[in-house]
Amino acid sequence: MNPLAAIGRATLAFLAATGSVVLFGLQAIAAGLTGRLYVRQLGRQMLEIGYFSLPVVGLTAIFTGMVLALQSYTGFSRFEAQNAIPTIVVLSMTRELGPVLAGLMVAGRVGAAIAAELGTMRVTEQIDALSTLATDPLRYLVFPRLLAATLMLPLLVVVADIIGVMGGWLVSVYKLGFGPIEFINRSFEHLKTEDVVSGLVKAAVFGFIVALMGCYQGYRSRGGAQGVGAATTRAVVSASILILVANYVVTELFFAR
Amino acid sequence: MSPRSDAPPPKIRIRGLKKSFGRKKVLDGLDLDIPQGRSLVVIGGSGSGKSVLIKCILGLIKPDAGSIRIDDVELVGASRATLEAARRKVGMLFQGAALFDSLPVWENVAFGLLARRLVDRKQARERAIATLAKVGLGPEAADLYPAELSGGMQKRVGLARAIAAEPEILFFDEPTTGLDPIMADVINELIRTLVSELGATALSITHDMASVRKIAHRVAMLYEGRIIWEGPVERLDDSGNPYVDQFVHGRASGPIKLRV
Ligand SMILES: Nc1ncnc2c1ncn2[C@@H]1O[C@H](COP(=O)(O)OP(=O)(O)OP(=O)(O)O)[C@@H](O)[C@H]1O
Ligand SMILES: [Mg+2]
Repeated sequence: MNPLAAIGRATLAFLAATGSVVLFGLQAIAAGLTGRLYVRQLGRQMLEIGYFSLPVVGLTAIFTGMVLALQSYTGFSRFEAQNAIPTIVVLSMTRELGPVLAGLMVAGRVGAAIAAELGTMRVTEQIDALSTLATDPLRYLVFPRLLAATLMLPLLVVVADIIGVMGGWLVSVYKLGFGPIEFINRSFEHLKTEDVVSGLVKAAVFGFIVALMGCYQGYRSRGGAQGVGAATTRAVVSASILILVANYVVTELFFAR
Repeated sequence: MSPRSDAPPPKIRIRGLKKSFGRKKVLDGLDLDIPQGRSLVVIGGSGSGKSVLIKCILGLIKPDAGSIRIDDVELVGASRATLEAARRKVGMLFQGAALFDSLPVWENVAFGLLARRLVDRKQARERAIATLAKVGLGPEAADLYPAELSGGMQKRVGLARAIAAEPEILFFDEPTTGLDPIMADVINELIRTLVSELGATALSITHDMASVRKIAHRVAMLYEGRIIWEGPVERLDDSGNPYVDQFVHGRASGPIKLRV
């Protein structure tokens, strides 16, 4: 076995996969922007992706905020820097943990559901049936999901940010001896618009990634229940990895400014 | 319903159609004409490529080579817009019904009407109920979901969805499979009526010889990727083709070898 050939093959396969995902996304966007918008589909997806993800995202956020306060206390009390805790909590939540954790939770919940639904529609020929009924499946199925996820994830992250800071507040006030007002004042002291905005930009990007990977894998699934299962796994894994990569890229972009 | 001598020009004209999946040749230079307003039935063994043929015509599967023309418009390698325009002329019943399981029955049936914005939702529901009645389903079925239906009912809903917009061309992939003999006959009658009253052109696939005799004007047999015999249904029993004979009479011995 020639190791160079193996590396070459892997690289080519990776580039081909990237190209076909990008092409799929562009085709879906083009289809969505050139024809009618399926408002019912969009509404249904916004409800599914946004509203029904609230419990999962909220729970993740509150415990993350709580543990943030606790852990930073452990560290910062060693050099008398406890006053920084509110700032740490609010910056970590808005810039980083809110969007990333919400993104990963939604990847597991929504990305999997999208891949399974579209995959089932593919193998039972429902996607073919759409084409024969004067409906472009990219416009009807894919575009509303991409749009809904891109719009709803930032809203989810706003909620996650608030709940997360609330978690930090609870622990700080009831366990670490902060004054309730003091914590809130301090947490806003160093918070800039950019911190929140960068988090929301991340959220929109992550939402798009989750929906795109779910749709792409589902749309292309083959071979019955097993194929749909495999597509679902691929959707979640690829979306999660891409979220972590995109997280660095977006952070870098905001950092440079 | 005997074939007329002054045959009208073909509604659908297929030449040299080829399609392989990997190394497996499914269609291998297939030629077929479907005359305007006639009902043609394709027969052939399981896995011989009948469903693939229909999907090629609809552009759901991209052929490797050949020509497909509907109303003299070339569809192989055509633009999306051309393909979409051609699909609008066609109503299709899928082999597995392929109902949208997130929508109730009536929205399934009226899907094409709503998509073309021919009607509002209220009218769409009425049209759906009227179409359901044609396939022997009462209005109480309208609000059920596909998962709540028996296989035969799903097939009938699929049929209703295919005919709801009264298309010029109808494709039926095994319309009577999974139905009891009486319901199968109702569906056969319905297909006959649709073709004669609407003047629709129909391409059906079936293994059910009773159905072939009832709905076909012409019959074509698909074997090893080509049409090996094509003729009026009256000639089915004296086709002079041993392959057709074996298939029509369902004999295990003959020239057709099953590759298990
Ligand atoms: N999307 C596909 N990918 C790979 N192979 C396919 C695909 N679709 C069909 N085939 C293969 O093409 C052949 C013909 O399939 P097709 O569904 O047309 O059979 P059929 O004549 O309709 O059979 P049946 O009467 O059982 O429905 C089969 O061997 C099938 O495995
Ligand atoms: Mg078939």
